[in-house]
Amino acid sequence: MTAVDAGTALDRVAIEELYAEYGDLLDDDRLEDWLDLFEPAATYRVVARENWTRGLPLSTMACESRAMLADRVAAIRGTSMYVPRTQRHVIGRLRARPAGPEPAAGASVTASWMVAQTLTGEPTVLFAAGRYHDRVVASADGRLRFAEKVAVYDSDLVLTSLVYPL
Amino acid sequence: MNPPTVAPAVPAVEGRTWPTADCSRVPYWVYVDPALYGAELERIFEGASWSYVALEAEIPAAGDYKLSKIGERPVIVARGDDGRVHVMTNRCAHRGTQVCREPFGNAANFTCPYHQWCYKLDGSLIAVPFRKGVNGQGGMPAEFDRSENGLEQLAVTTRNGVVFASYGHAMPSFEDYLGPSMLRWFDRVFDGRELRVLGYQRQRVPANWKLMFENIKDPYHASLLHVFLVSFGLFRADQPSQVQMDETGRHSVLTSQRGAQQANAATAEMSSFRSDLVLADPRLLDPVREFPGAETVVMQTLWPNLIVQQQSNTLAMRQLVPGGPESFDLVWTFFGYADDDEEMQRRRLRQANLMGPSGYVSIDDSEVMLLAQQGLRASPDASAVVEMGGVDTDDTEHMVTEAAVRAFYGYYREVMGL
Repeated sequence: MTAVDAGTALDRVAIEELYAEYGDLLDDDRLEDWLDLFEPAATYRVVARENWTRGLPLSTMACESRAMLADRVAAIRGTSMYVPRTQRHVIGRLRARPAGPEPAAGASVTASWMVAQTLTGEPTVLFAAGRYHDRVVASADGRLRFAEKVAVYDSDLVLTSLVYPL
Repeated sequence: MNPPTVAPAVPAVEGRTWPTADCSRVPYWVYVDPALYGAELERIFEGASWSYVALEAEIPAAGDYKLSKIGERPVIVARGDDGRVHVMTNRCAHRGTQVCREPFGNAANFTCPYHQWCYKLDGSLIAVPFRKGVNGQGGMPAEFDRSENGLEQLAVTTRNGVVFASYGHAMPSFEDYLGPSMLRWFDRVFDGRELRVLGYQRQRVPANWKLMFENIKDPYHASLLHVFLVSFGLFRADQPSQVQMDETGRHSVLTSQRGAQQANAATAEMSSFRSDLVLADPRLLDPVREFPGAETVVMQTLWPNLIVQQQSNTLAMRQLVPGGPESFDLVWTFFGYADDDEEMQRRRLRQANLMGPSGYVSIDDSEVMLLAQQGLRASPDASAVVEMGGVDTDDTEHMVTEAAVRAFYGYYREVMGL
């Protein structure tokens, strides 16, 4: 990507590339690289639709900085016990609009997603579906990154556990 | 400790014999047998027990309701115009249809969508369309009595903002049901302050519901399975701890005191202890003391469907909803107090990352229950060895014991006639 100008965070192709990269890095289990898609002060939340709709503050996963996200990744790598699994993200229906009057505010982006999960030795199942409510900004190095990301999942019922970010 | 006899020892299922006189063995058929599961619904969840259904803070105003479950039965928990809380089966007296569909709401009455039978907030039947027929034709028989055709009403009790209900008749008071030692721990969190619901997490785990209860009655695993708890000293075998039960053995509490992230002789036996584990953002673990006493974690299991969680500053009700012998749902209601300041609420929300379907600690439990069910399901006639700390069911001042699991099955066998 090239240098930033007023409209870059709203560049359709660049935004689509960011979301493709997001899905690829998660699905390929490159979580350490995935962290670099977030601003240092980024917030990341996974929220049940019932809490989102009713304005309840609880998240299922809540990180208030990239460092907290890194702690999540470290737990997945080293401290959590879970059955091995892979994920497959399908992300679509991207919509972007200016997040504020100043270009630095970036873009508010929504997208619908589905995540299939495959536990080793088991058939693939639809694990979750939902919508992202994000804010994407252009970083100083010219790349688009997430300043805020909220993954709202439709079925409030999680199948056993949510190990990886959505 | 000899649990009082609670039911005539009529076996719930034929052809099953517990392998031992004591509860140092638990046969694996208790986790898979469909006939036994059906008997559990009837004797335990629909029997003489107080089941957790709601927090009063979820239904603060007249007409507020929420849907809940006792065993597999859907129930409506509603606040009447007089302020009283009513609990009734969500099943129309006419043809069995669920009369209420929204998980939360406010209503003047409940009208069944099928034939529009209409019920008051306490479940009594108000109206039956075409009851007297149309143009003199049809209608219900003259002797049809509305007062005998309401929604099935349950006994209800509340204590300090928590609502329990029962299908049992002539239930003891909630206070007697818990017993003095369990009531003391219950009142520690529910001290009469108004509660504030922070939100919900729900998960479906492919395992028998009793494995969930055992998990919270088993402090032995916590020092081994949970790297996160162990390394940060949130719950660890070398810390001052206790296991307490009521006199029947059906309820229990595990308590502990937070310790330092420091290696010692005990941590040397814990492969899960990591003295070098550090958080890049330490705000996650910034607990403050808020309850009287030295305990920093108190996990209470109340027969038959509730776990009250207090780990540091994260508080939650975990409601157990069985769904067949090999599946259960766990409904987590996270809460704080209405007088929490913003900082305390933020702390509770951060620490919620430890718990639930995505919890730094709880992921381990959900996954290990899945593995337990998969490991045992094809061997119903084999048995679990439950001998840590001996074979008795006495309270202990340490966590190297499975006494509360044995006590649970002592009471379970009484109820199930096994």
